Amino acid sequence: MRRRLGRVLPALALATALLGAWECYVDLAGVEADVLPAPHAVAAALWNSGDLLLRNFAVTAEEVVLGLALALAGGFLLAVAIHLSPLLRRAVYPLAVGSQAVPIPVIGVLLVFWWGFGLLPKLVVVALICFFPVVVTTVDGLAAVDPDQPKLLRTLDASRWQAFRLAELPAALPAALSGARIALAVGVIGAFIAETTTPTSGAYPGLGREIITDVNFQTPRAYAGAAVLFVFAIACFYALALAERMLAPWSTRLRGDPH
Amino acid sequence: MPTELQSRAQPSPSRTADGDSVVIENVSRTYGERSRIGRRGSAVQALAGVSLRAAHGGLLAVVGPSGCGKTTLLELICGLQAPDGGTIKAAPAVLMPQRDLLLPWLSALDNAALALRIAGLSRGDARRRAAALFADLGLEGFEQAHPSELSGGMRQRVAFLRTLLAGKPVLCLDEPFGALDAITRSEMQQWLAGTLAREPRTVILVTHDVEEAVLLADHVAVLSPRPGRVVARLEVEIERPRARTDAEVIALRERALLALGMDGR
Repeated sequence: MRRRLGRVLPALALATALLGAWECYVDLAGVEADVLPAPHAVAAALWNSGDLLLRNFAVTAEEVVLGLALALAGGFLLAVAIHLSPLLRRAVYPLAVGSQAVPIPVIGVLLVFWWGFGLLPKLVVVALICFFPVVVTTVDGLAAVDPDQPKLLRTLDASRWQAFRLAELPAALPAALSGARIALAVGVIGAFIAETTTPTSGAYPGLGREIITDVNFQTPRAYAGAAVLFVFAIACFYALALAERMLAPWSTRLRGDPH
Repeated sequence: MPTELQSRAQPSPSRTADGDSVVIENVSRTYGERSRIGRRGSAVQALAGVSLRAAHGGLLAVVGPSGCGKTTLLELICGLQAPDGGTIKAAPAVLMPQRDLLLPWLSALDNAALALRIAGLSRGDARRRAAALFADLGLEGFEQAHPSELSGGMRQRVAFLRTLLAGKPVLCLDEPFGALDAITRSEMQQWLAGTLAREPRTVILVTHDVEEAVLLADHVAVLSPRPGRVVARLEVEIERPRARTDAEVIALRERALLALGMDGR
């Protein structure tokens, strides 16, 4: 318990100091609440609109988690395919890089045209934004296996599949999880973009849409929504770190615990 | 890259009829410009007309300076490459590469049992068979340790056990002790001699350490700098166990060094 406390204490202290500075700045400089609400006003908005924010957050969280899962599965499979086939690598890699520069609103309308106002187009937007870091890190992880390793495995009579399963796949796992952590950072923004570029039919449009609606006239509530996303991203990041420790314990053993 | 390796299809090496496990005749190997080793636009000849024999159950040491094609020779014997010229007849051979290449996500026991798992044994059977040899090889108590927790000498022992358990008649050892400190290397040389006395195999030992070759081998082949060719063959008819201070060992070491173009002093 004491050790745990020691781990979160620095972050808590820094957050408290930053919030204090923010509070002082707003109060002393007399900034209007619709320009920058003070932390206490944001906390009040969080308290008063808790239910609304929570229901919208549930929508956004679903988009982020499922979109990220889609990106992880798709990105990992694509990385494996690219790794196994030089032809595919040459064909797919440039297009995957280019796809990252396509502004989502351009295709958002098309996705809604295909799949309607439900969850799916939003998942696809999140996945499109998230898959690239997963592909890049996994491809590098797969290729980082010692070039003598496949030779050794061949003299042990391993098939191509056995060599892949025994050596390359586990070697790529920590890399893929690093990619997932990067993807998560852009994934929350991805959900925001998805909600603001594709119309929705649900009762709650998601936290991203809620923030955009609130930012001019309910500014403290917009900040409260952003605070929820802030905490959510932190929670997801550490959930992934935990997943790495369980799925690839050797990687933290070799590197030391990065967190 | 594994894909690159796969494209070079290999005929399966077969056992030879005349009692030798490995017969290499007039073998040459040149890396073209597309090779990993060759530089752009230039071909590098690694081996030029090498002929060698390894008797069944014997230990052939191949010594030579860095870059004389020793590793290429082992990969040819293991069927990982094909020669450009000459013929290779070899019984099934397993490679122990220069670095141990233990898989960091497997325990020492599972690393040692790798070949058995690949051959389709259940995890339990593979572990039982590997564990039975752990004590013999001085690894008792380290079954569950992960490679990062083992010393360099321990890791080489596990890697050697992995090689042994592949169940092949020929072991190709590529500078197995090259990365170890002098004390550990000396211990490991004695250990290898003892292990091979209990588990006889045909061994091709590649090393740049002339003394190691003389201490361990039945025959020593000395290769020249690139392109590698055999410049001397020495028979090591010295009683085992051998010590580095034996007069015969010293004399033979000097002969090998002379063949390498050094006078040993």
